[in-house]
Amino acid sequence: MTLEEKKQQVTEDFSLYEEWLDKYEYLIELGKALEAYPEEKKTDDHLIKGCQSRVWLDSELREGKLYFKADSDAIITKGIISLLIDVYSGRTPEEIAGDDFGFIADIGLKDNLSPTRANGLVSMIDTIKKTAAQSF
Amino acid sequence: MTVKEIRDQFPALSLKVYGRPLVYLDNAASSQRPVQVIQKWSGLAEGANANIHRAVHYLAGQATDAYEGTRDFVKEYLNASSREEIVFTSGATASVNLVAFSFGEAFVGEGDEIIVSTAEHHSNIVPWQMLCQRKKAVLTVLDIKENGELAVDQLEKLISQRTKIVAISHISNVLGIVNPVQEIVRICHGKGVPVLVDGAQGIVHGRVDVQALDCDFYVFSGHKVYAATGTGVLYGKKKWLEAMPPYMGGGEMIETVRFSGTTYAPLPEKYEAGTQNFNAVPTLVPALSLHRSMMEDPETADRQKALTEFVYASLSGNPLLTLYGKPDSPLDKIPLFSFTARGAHHEDLALILDKMGIALRSGQMCAEPLMDRLGVTGMLRASFAPYNTMEEAEYFVKCLNKAIAMLA
Repeated sequence: MTLEEKKQQVTEDFSLYEEWLDKYEYLIELGKALEAYPEEKKTDDHLIKGCQSRVWLDSELREGKLYFKADSDAIITKGIISLLIDVYSGRTPEEIAGDDFGFIADIGLKDNLSPTRANGLVSMIDTIKKTAAQSF
Repeated sequence: MTVKEIRDQFPALSLKVYGRPLVYLDNAASSQRPVQVIQKWSGLAEGANANIHRAVHYLAGQATDAYEGTRDFVKEYLNASSREEIVFTSGATASVNLVAFSFGEAFVGEGDEIIVSTAEHHSNIVPWQMLCQRKKAVLTVLDIKENGELAVDQLEKLISQRTKIVAISHISNVLGIVNPVQEIVRICHGKGVPVLVDGAQGIVHGRVDVQALDCDFYVFSGHKVYAATGTGVLYGKKKWLEAMPPYMGGGEMIETVRFSGTTYAPLPEKYEAGTQNFNAVPTLVPALSLHRSMMEDPETADRQKALTEFVYASLSGNPLLTLYGKPDSPLDKIPLFSFTARGAHHEDLALILDKMGIALRSGQMCAEPLMDRLGVTGMLRASFAPYNTMEEAEYFVKCLNKAIAMLA
């Protein structure tokens, strides 16, 4: 699936839920299902700054593609980062760095988070972009 | 007063968020404003907007009367000895910074000690840390007991020959326990040490009589007690305010200015440099008047007591929750409840409860040292005002359980 197709699929899945509480339930499920993150990588240099909860992100470049792993002590945040990983993991650094991450706004995630949380989301996106830019 | 009579005075309480009635339980961060305050505020902006004190024209006179009349009102309200002891600031934080700077300049030197408690808001920690850095002084910390009460029995031992001031909150913004300020002042004065009381929460939950407390400084913000944002009060005993140098220079705080040297205005202008918040400060009058009438109303007091008991019992009786701040005497607990939930992060809970229309505070509550002391990364806090209803309290408890179940 191309990046565009993937984004479209995620946007459609998310729009199935009309009520925000249902969207949160969905994010909670995604958070719970997220692949385990290695405990030894829960260190300060993996911590994303600017979030109210703690978020750790680790990346690996394999055969020209970036793979992400992440964790958070807050489950909804974990669900959000799971969405991001689902879309961007396994893409080339060029693809990720060149993307505008506009689908996050399209699904209404940014507007529906409080400013402090929206900042956390921006920090997560920035970190993913920066990782991609450094992997060229 | 019925709760409806109170609620009708607060326009924000009829707001809907996400299509649901707003349940505002973040009063310890900022209260809502009654219509009297909003009218006073806009009335001054419309009808009496001119810079205070200096000009001779009519409008300046109106603005000055409103501003200085507020000083007389606050003096009476706090039972201060004189109006010179009331200094207007932008808030409790500014008041603490003023004292930390000016008191520090006059009385604190290398090796001296300042005592704060582990349960202080950052605003009553950081200004003192900055002072300690400036003067190479030492910050000493009074601990809390397991139930969250201040370890007042440790205070006397902590005070040394070098202790210059003790800065303590009237009520912690996290634990919601009324501290025995009178006893603390007695202990400190017994050793010749002055006391600053951070009354940001204290002013909201009881009558404050600074002469009865005998504290040397008492600070609070207007916006937590129904007045306009950007207003604050510093009460200081005249002997200290006179002995301390000014905090900021310029504007109203001078007597004469020459390049050869400047002399300062008498109290209280000495501490009110620059253009004051003259549209907003007079809102303290209707705000504190309403506050007093609610506190003196037995019906409102009974309602608050019942609500406090209900929420306390609901939260402390829930095995999934840990409630922080459980004083020996229930009378010492205000309707402010900070807690954590097993298996549910405070951020997730706040996010879900927000969508249910409930405004709560989550995170470290500007009290990181206290969070560290209690071994948590954050908490959830529900803080109630006299306009909150029992139905809202019940809805909160119900939604909290629902949110925890969603996350489990």
